[in-house]
Amino acid sequence: MSTLNVKVAAIEQVTPLIKHFTFVNEDGSLLPAFSGGSHVVVAMEAEGRTYRNAYSLMGSPAETEAYHISVRKQENSRGGSVFMHENVTVGMSMKITQPVNLFALSKLGHKHILIAGGIGITPFMSQIEDLKMMGARFELHYAFRAYQHAAFVNELTEKCGDSLHCYADSQGDRLDLNELLSSQPLGTHVYVCGPAPMVVAVLETARTLGWPESSIHNEEFTSPPVGLPFKVQLAKSGIEVNVPGEMSMLEAIEAAGLQPEYLCRGGVCGRCELNVLENDGGIEHNDHFLSESEKASCRKIMPCVSRTKGKHLVLDL
Amino acid sequence: MKPNFKQESFRGDYSYKNSPVAVKRFPFPFSEDNYMYSVNIEPHTKGKPGSVYEFAFDIDEHYVSECMDKIITLEEDPGRYTALPHMMGAQWDFLELAMTSLANDYPDYFSLKRSGSKWSWENKPLGIVDVFTFGDKSTLPMEPFEYIGRQLQGDYVLLDQRDETLYADAGIVTSQADWSLAFNAGMSWKEWHGPVPKVTELGVLDRALKYLLNLQLGSPVRRLNWTMTINPRLDTSPENYPHWGGDRTKVNAENVADLVNLRVELQTLFRLPRSNAIVFGIRCYLMSLKDIATFPRWAKRLHRVQKTLPTDLIEYKGMTIYHPFVIDWLSQFDDGEELGFGTQPE
Repeated sequence: MSTLNVKVAAIEQVTPLIKHFTFVNEDGSLLPAFSGGSHVVVAMEAEGRTYRNAYSLMGSPAETEAYHISVRKQENSRGGSVFMHENVTVGMSMKITQPVNLFALSKLGHKHILIAGGIGITPFMSQIEDLKMMGARFELHYAFRAYQHAAFVNELTEKCGDSLHCYADSQGDRLDLNELLSSQPLGTHVYVCGPAPMVVAVLETARTLGWPESSIHNEEFTSPPVGLPFKVQLAKSGIEVNVPGEMSMLEAIEAAGLQPEYLCRGGVCGRCELNVLENDGGIEHNDHFLSESEKASCRKIMPCVSRTKGKHLVLDL
Repeated sequence: MKPNFKQESFRGDYSYKNSPVAVKRFPFPFSEDNYMYSVNIEPHTKGKPGSVYEFAFDIDEHYVSECMDKIITLEEDPGRYTALPHMMGAQWDFLELAMTSLANDYPDYFSLKRSGSKWSWENKPLGIVDVFTFGDKSTLPMEPFEYIGRQLQGDYVLLDQRDETLYADAGIVTSQADWSLAFNAGMSWKEWHGPVPKVTELGVLDRALKYLLNLQLGSPVRRLNWTMTINPRLDTSPENYPHWGGDRTKVNAENVADLVNLRVELQTLFRLPRSNAIVFGIRCYLMSLKDIATFPRWAKRLHRVQKTLPTDLIEYKGMTIYHPFVIDWLSQFDDGEELGFGTQPE
């Protein structure tokens, strides 16, 4: 895992719940270039534990003087976003990973429909820069609760002009997915990022209308869910690790001093996959990576988001 | 290492030779007495000074002659360079990666000065000086990928990532071990690996693909691949089969050590930043059996690997006709000594 040392250059409260953070390279040099839709994992050194959360890069990929992320404060979370909001200050040094793109634009798309819900707008902020550079046709459909919660509407209006379509729930605006997705030219790709019900609705509508699977894209990072505490035995390391309710298994394994592989920490990329040697059947698979049959076999687990309700879990680590 | 660039040929009179330094740094691929396909991918991190792994792109004593041979091949067959239109971003990404690496790693030979998008590039060994605008292909004498590809040893393929797989959508390929860019261009991972025996059953392909789809910026990886080539010929393409295919019938017990070369490919993969494409580099090293045998440990190891190689692999690598001569010749060095794990020459 190659990491970058950055400094917090600015923090801006964009909406009552969203803060925008600007990072610059600690040594003053340019940061690596990236592609629209990329994310970084930010390490947060809190008291007694390290949070690592993935956040989409929002700035223009062409401007690498700084990286930009936005964080929505999640009240019922394990504490990562709360830490970002309450403990991170301007001038602070932080470690982030090199950018990774698990939500890339298809360069062969004839047209691109981007659908964002709430904070799900962030990966599209860098994608629209790429689309404009490519001279590609696109529409951005942005749904949110109310204008006071809609980050970056002004900025987006300026950048997208007529390509931006806003839907404020408080005003009764509704995005008619069926109408939108049934009237697109051949070769159109659709991308969705937002709350789970919205993602599901877009995927189902597109599939029902006969969109090819390769033209449907979604970013579906799962925050590690809070659950019951449990114990996991690591066979190769010969240790037993306690996983508290508000900590992911991956975090607990790291806190025990091991450095397992990881990339997205959201159940998407598959890098942290571990083999299950023994279990008593209580595995809760929360990832989007393993196939249904792999999940049912309970022989693999993604420790970044998955847990167990069982009493016995032995992993090949 | 500061190589003294040689004047030599990879066709016709085949004057290509390895110096003792080049023999010693040869990336011998066999760490055990048996060979089998595996996901032998490791991080492409900085290796020992003087080794082929010291830098991102290895430049050695054959640099100038290899680049000249590449020009001959491209002039005879311009189709050895191809790029689909959506790969232009990846072309510039690769040019940047190569130029910044070379200028940083070999300051005596290459220099890059950047002032915004105005770039000045100098390649001293090849006598190239150009000033161009990064991102504007009209300011270079040819497309950026071909421009920089002609100034590197080895072949390069740009892979576009979409639909959960990788597509070979651009390439500059002039030193290939019997595969065709014209045939493979636009193919997906599974399509271009189709002819390789055993790998599908072993699940090697799926695991390697999964790994590469997550390849991270700043964390390139590498692996070695190998075959054998008669005469030190770089261009063993299917297009030019009439020029080299027949050489395989000329091998006999007397000339085998001179004619047969172990051909090792140092394959590297880098994630490219703006395009999210991957560049696949295939850097070819040729070493005659005679030169390999200057290190008895290598000769013994190579003998055991060849002796136990499955028939379908011998066939796939096109070695069937002359393979018995190779084993016979190498057997004189093999006293049965226990060699231990590792590819080191001594």
